[in-house]
Amino acid sequence: MIDLVESYRQGKLPEANVILAEQHEGRHNELLAGQYRIVLRNCGVIDPKSIEDYEAQGGYSALKKALTMQPEEIVEEVKASGLRGRGGAGFSTGLKWSFAARAKGSKKYVVCNADEGDPGAFMDRSTLEGDPHNVIEGMIIGAYAMGADEGYIYCRAEYPMAIHHLRIAIEAAEIKGYLGRNIMGTGFNFELHIKEGAGAFVCGEETALMQSIEGKRGMPTIRPPFPAESGLWGCPTNINNVETWANITWIINNGSTEFRKIGTDKSPGTKVFALAGKIAGSGLIEVPMGIPIRDIIYKVGGGMKTEKPFKAVQMGGPSGGCIPASLLDTIVDYDSINATGAIMGSGGMVVMDSGTCMVDVARFFLNFTQNESCGKCTFCRIGTRRMLEILTRITEGKGEAEDIVKLEELATNIIKGSLCGLGQTAPNPVLTTLRYFKDEYLAHIEEKRCPAGVCTSLLRYEVIADKCVGCTACARKCPVSCISGSVKQAHVIDQDKCIKCGACFKACKFEAISKG
Amino acid sequence: MEQDFSMLDAIIGKYRNRSGILIPLLQDVQQTLGYLSKDAMRYLAEQMQIPAADIYGVATFYSMFKLKPQGKHIIRVCKGTACHVSDADGIKDALRNELGLEGEEDTTADMKFTLLEVACLGCCSLAPVIMVDDTTFGKLTPDSIKGILQRYAYEEEA
Ligand SMILES: Cc1cc2nc3c(=O)[nH]c(=O)nc-3n(C[C@H](O)[C@H](O)[C@H](O)COP(=O)(O)O)c2cc1C
Ligand code: FES
Repeated sequence: MIDLVESYRQGKLPEANVILAEQHEGRHNELLAGQYRIVLRNCGVIDPKSIEDYEAQGGYSALKKALTMQPEEIVEEVKASGLRGRGGAGFSTGLKWSFAARAKGSKKYVVCNADEGDPGAFMDRSTLEGDPHNVIEGMIIGAYAMGADEGYIYCRAEYPMAIHHLRIAIEAAEIKGYLGRNIMGTGFNFELHIKEGAGAFVCGEETALMQSIEGKRGMPTIRPPFPAESGLWGCPTNINNVETWANITWIINNGSTEFRKIGTDKSPGTKVFALAGKIAGSGLIEVPMGIPIRDIIYKVGGGMKTEKPFKAVQMGGPSGGCIPASLLDTIVDYDSINATGAIMGSGGMVVMDSGTCMVDVARFFLNFTQNESCGKCTFCRIGTRRMLEILTRITEGKGEAEDIVKLEELATNIIKGSLCGLGQTAPNPVLTTLRYFKDEYLAHIEEKRCPAGVCTSLLRYEVIADKCVGCTACARKCPVSCISGSVKQAHVIDQDKCIKCGACFKACKFEAISKG
Repeated sequence: MEQDFSMLDAIIGKYRNRSGILIPLLQDVQQTLGYLSKDAMRYLAEQMQIPAADIYGVATFYSMFKLKPQGKHIIRVCKGTACHVSDADGIKDALRNELGLEGEEDTTADMKFTLLEVACLGCCSLAPVIMVDDTTFGKLTPDSIKGILQRYAYEEEA
């Protein structure tokens, strides 16, 4: 952790990839206890720029094994493993592969979705930076299994180091004959390209992503046809997330039976999470499916960052929701998380404490989706805007009693009336906060009060007369001169003039100003 | 006056008659010119035989493409979830204040800095985070902003 911060400060790219939670001062073993590494097994262990390092860890042995198998056998093995897509929706990877394998066409593509657009998530970034060959090897195996001869990795342009490491890795794999023509003398050809994203969240959606690879505006298209039938340039295409691809080599090497021993029956394997927010040990973790969220936060993550108590954990980014303290014993698998109204998502976990306002969080996500809506569907384009206006109004203390009903109505219609997952899931952050934190909405609307003290317009700063020593520090700092009082006398804030900037609160050395 | 865009011809040559190249083409052009002016896009349209509307459509869709000149240093302030709950707004206000940006302005009058808001920089455990050009600064407080900016002002004179 320290190394990473230091090298960033010095303006250098860190040399070795660092897995953050691992280096949490002296608590190494304790924090690692609950973890199990499949996807991240090499991250931080090998030099990601050295193919020899990767080979020394058993790299490309899965490819060698796969090339001795029939393509159908590989698809069956992946199907038997029960691996589910790690990009969010959790669709069976083996099943998806079987569609693409069966699809008619002499030209097929495989694609790796490395767009990682969810704010608060950095799993794919770390995987690509720390172990690019594992993803590439998974893609070569997939291409062989499905009969594809060309592939793309679509990577966010915000991740220059991931792109850099991928380029080095592809070149090295070509030189070693793992990529290119006549791979390892088997007659199988596979060419792999990198496409840099250009900054649009919706391009993480698979049909929009393919539009973008084709050089167009990234607007989702209607499914069916699914990419497996008609994807890139009309050819059968299989698209998987980075982490999904990163599981393949392990499954081929160890077999589906071993894979199924980890995790739960319906969600086998592990999941990588990016822990962030108000948690002590923020960073990247990989845990077996089935672990309770409570253990992730209090054992693996080392608990809360400050004294402030836990309030909620946000999972699934803008498509997800907030899971409250009462549901902390929910276990991590696709179906259990869905039951809470949140989604597993790609693995961002942002921990929130009592200092986080849930109405503000809902507004934050709506602002995001409203900005990122591609504009194709009316409900998504305008509906999210209307929801954002209502939420903004509530956080400004102008909320009305019927606003909650309006929000619910809009949410239902946006879910029904949108073509792609962006619109269909955009209301989730609002719906989950309404479900678990309705009292906070009501405090904003009825009492014009923000219990967490976040919504500036609803704040009220007051001088606590007993504690005020009359030092005049606050009055001197106030930008609108609304604090009056003589030296050594208790001061008073003129509430009509106060702009709630908080300057007095910060200036006071005697804790004589209350905020609430 | 007609602007001379012949410096783009080498880039155009590289991409001519290839499919799916519009985004990397515009990325290269932006790299050369700093931004995509309407005239530059018109020139590309003529040279590449692509409708100008298609080029403009792509340029306005992706946040990476800039239609206005940008400052010498690009400051990206992260507004992602982890940063948001760690007072990214305070950092943004401090930056705007320090740079003297008013209203909707995002570039300083001396063209030294442009301030952009981005959704997540992928270093959420360092929240709140900003990036100045290619350098990331994490675990910030509003008070730390002044020092960071001074570094850039200072470098210039040195
Ligand atoms: C708005 C939107 C954004 C998405 N963003 C991503 C993303 O950043 N990364 C990703 O892997 N999948 C993303 N997806 C999911 C993809 O559409 C697709 O389901 C996934 O890449 C399939 O891979 P998997 O089966 O391996 O999960 C997104 C979906 C939607 C609707
Ligand atoms: S939320 Fe700011 S870096 Fe991810």
